[in-house]
Formats: sequence, structure tokens, C-alpha cells
Amino acid sequence: MIGQVIAAFFGTIAFSVLFGVSRQYYAYCGLVGGAGWWLYLALGAYTQCTATEATLFATFLVVLLSRFLAVWEKCPVTVFLTSGIFPLVPGAGIYWTAYYLVTDRPGEAADNGFAAVKAAFAIVLGIVLVFEVPDKVFKVRK
Amino acid sequence: MEKENSGKDDNQVLEVAMEAGHILLENGAEIARVEETMERICRHFGVESENFFVLSNGIFVTGSRNEEHSGGQYAKVMHIPVRGAQLDKVVAVNQLSREVAEGRYDIGQVKEKLEEIRRMPRKSSPVQVLASGIGSACFCYLLGGSLVDSAVSFGAGFLLYIFILSAGRTHMSKITKNLCGGALVTLICILSYRLGIGDDISHMVIGSIIPLVPGFAFTNGIRDLADGDYISGAVRLLDAILVFLCVAIGVGTMFIIYHRVFGGTLL
Repeated sequence: MIGQVIAAFFGTIAFSVLFGVSRQYYAYCGLVGGAGWWLYLALGAYTQCTATEATLFATFLVVLLSRFLAVWEKCPVTVFLTSGIFPLVPGAGIYWTAYYLVTDRPGEAADNGFAAVKAAFAIVLGIVLVFEVPDKVFKVRK
Repeated sequence: MEKENSGKDDNQVLEVAMEAGHILLENGAEIARVEETMERICRHFGVESENFFVLSNGIFVTGSRNEEHSGGQYAKVMHIPVRGAQLDKVVAVNQLSREVAEGRYDIGQVKEKLEEIRRMPRKSSPVQVLASGIGSACFCYLLGGSLVDSAVSFGAGFLLYIFILSAGRTHMSKITKNLCGGALVTLICILSYRLGIGDDISHMVIGSIIPLVPGFAFTNGIRDLADGDYISGAVRLLDAILVFLCVAIGVGTMFIIYHRVFGGTLL
């Protein structure tokens, strides 16, 4: 699990490079991505959570951290959020859906496609809900 | 603050606000931020009766100093094509608008600052290509691939981004680009798998397609929807879904071609 979290850390940084984030925020982006993926893995391994629920809670953590960092660093939350959420976006889901479709296993394709849609909705819900929290909650004195 | 602005100055203020909005929108800021920043600049320089309408690919502005000054009306529509995001510009404009609100600059200085921001360089191509490769390798590993799989993903992601960058220079449509991108990485992964490099073709492909996954449009679309900007949110989500589908079709097509040429299934 440690290895995967480290991979999430550097993978997130790689994407923040692609999105043109300035160098001083790289570590924060990696931290957000790594923390989100760690929670996702931990919930899957140690609790009864389904993948969708784990995605939801991991999204909560990612958005909370991003908003906190945005206030702390006085910069737009987009910087941390877009790359930090990346590990949770169901990229693997589209692969499996396509794979099972072409290998003529429509049942499994539907299952995987549906799981990807559920994960996407969990992310939507997570982002929308945490953005309802008022800004002042995140204003910790520096 | 100067209260004796003439109509000409107002136009300049609106021009500058528009420029700030343009840079923000082009580089992946959400609609609410674009509107807020433009409004902040206008308020600070005493332009009162302005109206903005911001969409995901355009800004409409009208404004005048006040109701009596209808002679100095300003109106402009600006089309802003969707381009790759460059978040450091968003950060810079955001910082600038903060400083403007603190009253540190006059309108001419703001204009110069915006010009500077506009000229901020992109990360160089080799850096982007390398980042894509590293990202692919990391995602392959974190989704359960072995180290060898990750190494193949690195190569595929690396070549993929070279393809994306050169496709960006021609006028290839987004649909074609993502279809070909998906097919390309699948081809690379199949080839290396046939050569005996890599343990699991699925993990290799998943890692390599990650640079194509439209996480950015997806996240921004959701945030626009959450802010109540339904048109822009819907457009961005549609963009994300289209790209998702294209990548999937690209990958699937290459698997079918492989199947037809070599017979037999992959796993």
C-alpha cells in the first residue's frame, strides 16, 4: 500500500506539471493526491466500504485538503483539486468497459461501465457537498 | 481612487477586466471565478453598471459609468476557444486581482501586468512529455501493475504525449486525437506484450491512457454545475464524456484489430 500511495504522490505531481501548476505547489498537489488514494485504499482494505463509498469519502478528503491549502496559500482551489482528484477519476473503468465490449462480454462491460458511472457520481457528490462548507471554516491562522 | 474618470477610462477598465477574464477562462478557471475577478476589477476602478455573461468559451460584456452616461456605452463579445489549461496563469491573475483590490496599481499598470501574465511561458515540450511518461508509470503502478508494466506504461505515455503535442500543432479534431491516442497506446502495449515485456496488458494500457483522461474538464464541469452555471457545466461535462468515449473506442478498436490479425484472445 505504501508503494501505491507513493506512486499516487508522484503521479499527481506529474499531472500538475501537465496542467501548468507552478513549481512551489508541486508538493502540495502530490500530498492531496496521495492522501486521497491512501484513504481510498484503506477504506477498501479495512472496512466494509464498497468502491463507490470509498471514492466518495476519498473525494471528501481531497476537496477538504484542497480548500484548506487554497486558503492557506491564497491561491485558487483548482490548482490542488484538479490534479489531486486524478487518481480517483475512474480511468480504469473506461478501459475495462471497452475491453469487455470488444471481447464480447456485455454483462461484464455493463457492470464495469455502471461502476465507473457510480464512481463519477460519488466524485460529483463529494465535490458539490464540500464546496457548500463556508470559506471561513478553512481560515486557520498561519 | 480617481473619481473623475472619463468615459474613455471606463472603456479601458472594461477592456482590462475582459483581458483578465480571457486569461482566466482560457487557462481553466471556473466560470464563477472569471465573473468575480472581472467584477472586482470594475468595482475597484469605479465602473458601476457593467454586466457580464460568461460561458465556457466566450465572454459578453456591456457597461457604462452610470445611467446618465449612456453615451459612453461599452459592449464587447469575445470568443475564447478551449485550450490546454495552464494553471500558473490562473494563479497569477488571481494574485493580481487581490492586489488590485488592495489598491496597489492604477489601470495602466494592471494592463501591463496582464500582458506579462499572458506571455508567461508554457512548460517546455520535453518536460511535458516526461511528466506524461512518469504519470502513466505511476498510475499503472498504483492501479496494481507490476514494475515492468509501469516501465512499459512509461514508454507508452511518453510516446503518447509526443503524439498529442504534434497533433496539437496540426488542426486535428479532439475526437480524432483521442481515438488515435487510445489506439496508439494500446498498440504500443500489445507490441511490448508480444515481445514478452510486461506481465499484464490491461494494467499497462490503463496506466498509459491516463494522460488522455479528461479529469480537468470533468472536475471543472462539476464545479460549474455546483455554482449554478449550468450551460458551461454541461458543456464541459459533455466534453469530458466525449473524450472518455473516444479513448475507450480507440482502445477497443485496436484490440479488435489485434484479434483479427493474430486471432485468439489476449488473456
